[in-house]
Amino acid sequence: MIEFTLWDIVRNLLLALRWTVALSAIAFIGGGLVGGLLLTLRIGLGRRTQRLIALYVQLFQGTPLLMQLFLAYFGLALLGLEVSAWTAATLALTLYTSAYLVEIWRGCVEAVPRGQWEAARSLALSFGEQLRHVILPQAARLAIAPTVGFLVQVIKGTALASVIGFVELTKAGSMIANASFKPFLVFGCVALLYFALCFPISIFAQRLERQTHAR
Amino acid sequence: MIQFDFLAVLAEWPLLLKGLAWTLGLTLVATPLGLIIATLGAWSRASGPAWLRRALGVYVELQRNTPFIVQLFFIFFGLPAAGLKLSPEAASLIAMTLNLGAYGTEILRAGIQATPRGQWEAAQSLALSPVQTFTRVVLPPALQRVWPALTSQIIIVMLGSAVCGQISTEELSYAANLIQSRNFRAFEAFIIATLTYLALAMLARRLLMWAGPRFIFGRRPA
Repeated sequence: MIEFTLWDIVRNLLLALRWTVALSAIAFIGGGLVGGLLLTLRIGLGRRTQRLIALYVQLFQGTPLLMQLFLAYFGLALLGLEVSAWTAATLALTLYTSAYLVEIWRGCVEAVPRGQWEAARSLALSFGEQLRHVILPQAARLAIAPTVGFLVQVIKGTALASVIGFVELTKAGSMIANASFKPFLVFGCVALLYFALCFPISIFAQRLERQTHAR
Repeated sequence: MIQFDFLAVLAEWPLLLKGLAWTLGLTLVATPLGLIIATLGAWSRASGPAWLRRALGVYVELQRNTPFIVQLFFIFFGLPAAGLKLSPEAASLIAMTLNLGAYGTEILRAGIQATPRGQWEAAQSLALSPVQTFTRVVLPPALQRVWPALTSQIIIVMLGSAVCGQISTEELSYAANLIQSRNFRAFEAFIIATLTYLALAMLARRLLMWAGPRFIFGRRPA
C-alpha cells in the first residue's frame, strides 16, 4: 500500500494539468482556424452557405459535448482509422470550439454598421480589401473579450475528454482518488487547479469587455 | 463498407425511454430550484449585506470557473469522505441545481442592474416593502430582459446532464452507453441519443420562450 502525501497528489495533478493546457491550446487554436474559415465562407458566399453554417452551429450548440466526443471516438473507428483518445478529443473539441467561435464572430461582424461596408465599397475597395481593411479590424475589437471568455469554456470542456480515456487533469484526479482513497482532497485540488487556470482568464475577459464598452 | 444498424439500438427503446425520462426529470426539478437560487442570489448581490455579497461572489466564481464534471465528482465521490453520502441521482440533481443557480445569479444580476435606480425609489415612495419592491417592480422586467440568456443556460444545464451518466445516473447518455455495451452498435446508439438531445434542446427553447412572458414575468393582477 502506497501512502500518498499531499505533495504526491498535487505534483501528479500538476503534471496532468500540462495535458489539459495542451489540449485546450490545440482545440482553441484549431477551433479558431476552422471558425475563421467558416466565418469567411459565411460572409463571402451566398444564402445557402449561411444556412449550412447556421445548421453546423446549431448541431454543436444543441447537443452535449460528451456525445460529440463519443461520436468522434466511435465515428473515426468506424471509418477504419486507428483512434486514440487524443485524436478523438482533439477533433471533437476543435469542431465544438469552431462552432461557438464562428457564432461569436458572426455577431461581431454584424455589429459593424452597414455604412462601413458601403463607405468601403464607394472607395472602390474589392471585397477582400473591404473585409481586411475596414470590417475585420472593427469586428476584431469587439470580438476579443467574448473570445477570451470562451477560452474558459474550452478549458472546462477538455475535462470531458477524461471520459473517453484521455489522461488530463480530471482523469488523473479520478485515478489518484481511486488509488489514494482521498476523493475529497483530490477532487478539491482538481477543482482548485481548474479555478487557478480559468479565473484569471475570466477576470481578464471581463476587463477587456469593460474596455471595449468604455471606448 | 460501413453498415449501420439503427434498429438494433431502437429495439432497446425501453432503456432509451427510461433515460429520456431521467434526463427530463432531472432538468424539470433542477430548473425551478436553480432559478430560485438565482433569484435569491441576484437579490442578495443587489441589496444584501456585504458578507453575503462576497460569499455569493465566491460561490458564483467557483462554479463558473470549474468544469461541471469535476463539481459532480466532488459531490458524488468527495462528499461521502466528509460524511455526506448521496445517491447518484441526488448528487446529479444537486450539481445541476448549484450550477444553474450560479450562472443564473450572474445573469439575473445583470438584468437587475439594468433597472433604473428611480424605479426602486419610486416603489419605496409608494410605501412598498423591500420584498414587494423586488418581486413586483424590479424582478419582472429584469427577468424579461435576461430571459433568452436564462433559457440558454437552462438548456446548457440539461445538455450538461449527459455527464451524470458517469456516476451511473441512468439518464439518456447512460442508456446509450448501456445499449452499446450490449450490442456493440456504439456509433448508432450515440447518434440516436445525440439527436434526442438536439430535439430536447429545440423543444425546451420553444417552450421556455413561450412560457416566459405568459407565466414567469407576464402581467400580474394588481
